[in-house]
Amino acid sequence: MSTVDVVVTGLGATTPLGGDVASTWDAMLAGRSGVSPLTQEWAGQLAVRIAAQIAVDPAEVIERVRMRRLDRSEAMAIVAANEAWADAGLAGTGLDPERLAVSFGSGIGGAITMLDQDDVLEQSGPRRVSPHTVPMLMPNGPAAYVGLELGARAGVRAMASACATGAEAVALGLDLIRAGRADVVVAGSTEAVIHPLPIAGFASMRAMSTRNDDPERASRPWDKNRDGFVLGEGAGALILERADHAAARGATVYARLAGAGITSDGYDIVQPDPECNGGIRAMRMAVRDAGLTGADIVHVNAHATSTPVGDMGEIKGIKAALGSHPVITSTKSMTGHLLGAAGALESIATILAIRDGVVPPTINLDDPDDRLDLDVAAHKARPLEIAAAMNNSFGFGGHNVALVFTRS
Amino acid sequence: MATREEITSGLAEILEEVAGVNPEDVAEGKSFTDDLDVDSLSMVEVVVAAEEKFGVKIPDNEVQNLKTVGDAVNYITANA
Repeated sequence: MSTVDVVVTGLGATTPLGGDVASTWDAMLAGRSGVSPLTQEWAGQLAVRIAAQIAVDPAEVIERVRMRRLDRSEAMAIVAANEAWADAGLAGTGLDPERLAVSFGSGIGGAITMLDQDDVLEQSGPRRVSPHTVPMLMPNGPAAYVGLELGARAGVRAMASACATGAEAVALGLDLIRAGRADVVVAGSTEAVIHPLPIAGFASMRAMSTRNDDPERASRPWDKNRDGFVLGEGAGALILERADHAAARGATVYARLAGAGITSDGYDIVQPDPECNGGIRAMRMAVRDAGLTGADIVHVNAHATSTPVGDMGEIKGIKAALGSHPVITSTKSMTGHLLGAAGALESIATILAIRDGVVPPTINLDDPDDRLDLDVAAHKARPLEIAAAMNNSFGFGGHNVALVFTRS
Repeated sequence: MATREEITSGLAEILEEVAGVNPEDVAEGKSFTDDLDVDSLSMVEVVVAAEEKFGVKIPDNEVQNLKTVGDAVNYITANA
């Protein structure tokens, strides 16, 4: 347990459900799916022809010339970070830029830029490759652009832990404030890889749903007929702030970021440990870090991506680490799997569940897996008083991150 | 052979596309960096686009001599 309290004072997101946090949250509570057919010409040849594409293209928000110099993942990061920054009301408060840090990641990074510029290289030769290529594809690009946008000078950290990236970026933000390295951290993640190569790669692993004829029902965590995840894109950003700093400026506080747990499986590069041992350790660590016990966690926004193995392993893990009482949900049933951005977006959903006293639904859970013996907020949002909640994120590479948020 | 006015207006189109420069601001006396706010990476894009548009080769060691739009027009007129 740390003696330094960290709170969340701003949220921002651009997702398959909406161009900001409010529209995304409304759609989640309504149980809407953001999954749709891929109508691009290149999709025709793929086994997977559905995805959760962003609702508001960043080109609608960021001016044309600037967009030429940004990878799609960077543009979405800027959109989410700007919303969170405005929401926190930090502009003009005299915050010392040397006390403002960024912890922002991406699971895959500027892959679309690399692939597009490779096409330019092949078709038109090396001289036509854009001079903006490297800053567009470098994995620290989103973090660096967010830092540049907001003038952060206490360090710009770029996290990469596959589908745990967003949650781990938030966990690092917590550490930075606790360690006294910053008063405010813009933490989050972004992902934009709806492109034939990453889709073909995931599809070759047989990790993705091929329910092409019924996109809105393709992401179905814990359902007997789940057949893989649905790729999503988007970004989420949180403003983390030292509690006394937020109090001194009279900031509106969404929730406390009370604890984090980070472990690694040491099991397999992509297969989740079916016993969820690493996940259990992360959940226990996060609860302990928050000064709580498993019994205090009444809601879990689960990682559950709609894959046959991973979904049920996490159920075992939650029961072992917390008990059988939490009301759980998988918002990926609506948003698809935003890979590196998932942990950021789902942290936001967890925080808003606490604020509004409601668990967003898991849609498409029509025929629950026989081994599912936890209480899922299936089909419809569930009113629930929540004092403390957890967000789980697990990633290829064996990364496990659990975050605990509490009512402030 | 394009006239100086045609080259200037061609450069203005490129500058608008690549760097968002208002075409009305583009004139022979304007400096790319000081007046039109074209950074070094964008200048690379302008040069490559100008090579294509005007059928001219602009070697990297020439680019540093192209301070103004007029310098570029001179180079293109002399070498196209």
